[in-house]
Amino acid sequence: MMLEFKDVSYTYHTKTGETTAVSALNFTIEEGQFVSVIGPSGCGKTTILSLAAGLLKPSSGEIARGKTEFGYMLQRDALFSWRTVEQNIFLPLEVKKRNTSEMRAKAVSLAEKYGLKDFLKKTPSQLSGGMRQRVALIRTLAAEPEILLLDEPFSALDYQTRLEVCDDVQGIIKSEKKTALLVTHDISEAIALSDKVVVLSARPATVVAEHSIDFGGNVPKSRRECGEFAATFEVLRKELGI
Amino acid sequence: MKKKQENNFSREHIAYLKKQKQKKIIIHVCRCLILALIIGFWELFAQLKVVDPFITSSPSRVIKTIGELYNNGTLFRHIGITLMETFAGFAIAVILGYAIAVVLWSSDAVRKVSEPYIVVLNSLPKIALGPLIIIWIGTGYDAIIFMTVIVSIIVCIMNMLAGFVAVDKTKLLLMKSMGASRATTLRKLIIPASLPALMNTLKVAVGLAWIGSIMGEYIVSKAGLGYLIVYGGQVFKLDLVMTATFILCALAGGMYGIIALIEKYVVRQY
Repeated sequence: MMLEFKDVSYTYHTKTGETTAVSALNFTIEEGQFVSVIGPSGCGKTTILSLAAGLLKPSSGEIARGKTEFGYMLQRDALFSWRTVEQNIFLPLEVKKRNTSEMRAKAVSLAEKYGLKDFLKKTPSQLSGGMRQRVALIRTLAAEPEILLLDEPFSALDYQTRLEVCDDVQGIIKSEKKTALLVTHDISEAIALSDKVVVLSARPATVVAEHSIDFGGNVPKSRRECGEFAATFEVLRKELGI
Repeated sequence: MKKKQENNFSREHIAYLKKQKQKKIIIHVCRCLILALIIGFWELFAQLKVVDPFITSSPSRVIKTIGELYNNGTLFRHIGITLMETFAGFAIAVILGYAIAVVLWSSDAVRKVSEPYIVVLNSLPKIALGPLIIIWIGTGYDAIIFMTVIVSIIVCIMNMLAGFVAVDKTKLLLMKSMGASRATTLRKLIIPASLPALMNTLKVAVGLAWIGSIMGEYIVSKAGLGYLIVYGGQVFKLDLVMTATFILCALAGGMYGIIALIEKYVVRQY
């Protein structure tokens, strides 16, 4: 067990009132698992990631996470335009004060392994949207996190790039044997990528259902071609109430 | 190389490029022409006594005055003093303003507390402080540099703070998720990300620094271009006033040009 939410609630306080974003949330993520959390828009998905990463403290309940190292991947790539691709990948090493030549070499070899060899000395503006998101993933992996937290990392991409990058990112995460928690509102994305899908209700978010998904191997493309894909989609759609 | 490239273009594209180039040349020619016309008519009207050259001076008189100043050895002294005051004031205002903006960025509380003071200081006409400056600091160069600093520093602070605050929230969240401290965020993200804002600030500040230094020389000075203008006005030597103004134009334009050039180089990759 890598991460466990036990009866977690979180309430936001603003001038005009208080909003309970999540309430009595329970789910677990095992090592090496790719878990997706889906829910209607504005149901507090990003809050769940912030809680998981420890950026927010739960109002009540407990999050068991041990001493795991987190890597956060955001909706937009947030690459620094004044740095080269390589320097962008080194950023977490610099911030976490682990900027040793050994770590840098590891990061570079990771980038090269996933097809960024020719782009290392380029600036982000010279890259396509899909390529930029791949750089963002390698940057997240550079600090060797054990759990990746993905906050709708494909939502800013156009549809075609999205399918490509989606498969790409899942492939890299699987082959690096990382644990991942993805939040998304895209049902098909969740089915294609995950080992487990957690369905949330509207705000205050709580778990409606959990589904293990194992058809079509672990490859998003073959999963989308499976007959069960459409059936699972329908089940999740009904649970989301759309 | 260039020729080879052109061969690959269609005729239509070559015509397009040619037209663009022509447009650029026309703009440059027009710019130069306007300057030439102003100087030409000024000289012509003065020669024909359409206007009184004693009041309006004339380009030839300006050149003669520059020659006189050069011959009695004071030309470069006046230029040097004003340049020194302007540059010193500019540098202090930018560095100090930047530092203050960093402090204000670091602490919301400090920012909120100091906000009304900055707003009032910004709208206060700095020349009102003239008598105080003379009494407190005296009548030397430091008084003029002080005037230059207070004229330009507020804009430096406000511009830089706006630049810091405008940094992309997603990038801030990224830094936070990596567990970056405030200082690390400043060093790795805020300072490099706000470099274009710094360049912008330099451009605005250099203009204000000239205002500050000349204004300072109007109040207290024994030398400098502002001194020449005031002195020339008092003794009705309009040639001197025009000459000093002309040199000022050239210097201010040059300093702005240098900064614009630095900006072009620095902001290239943004």
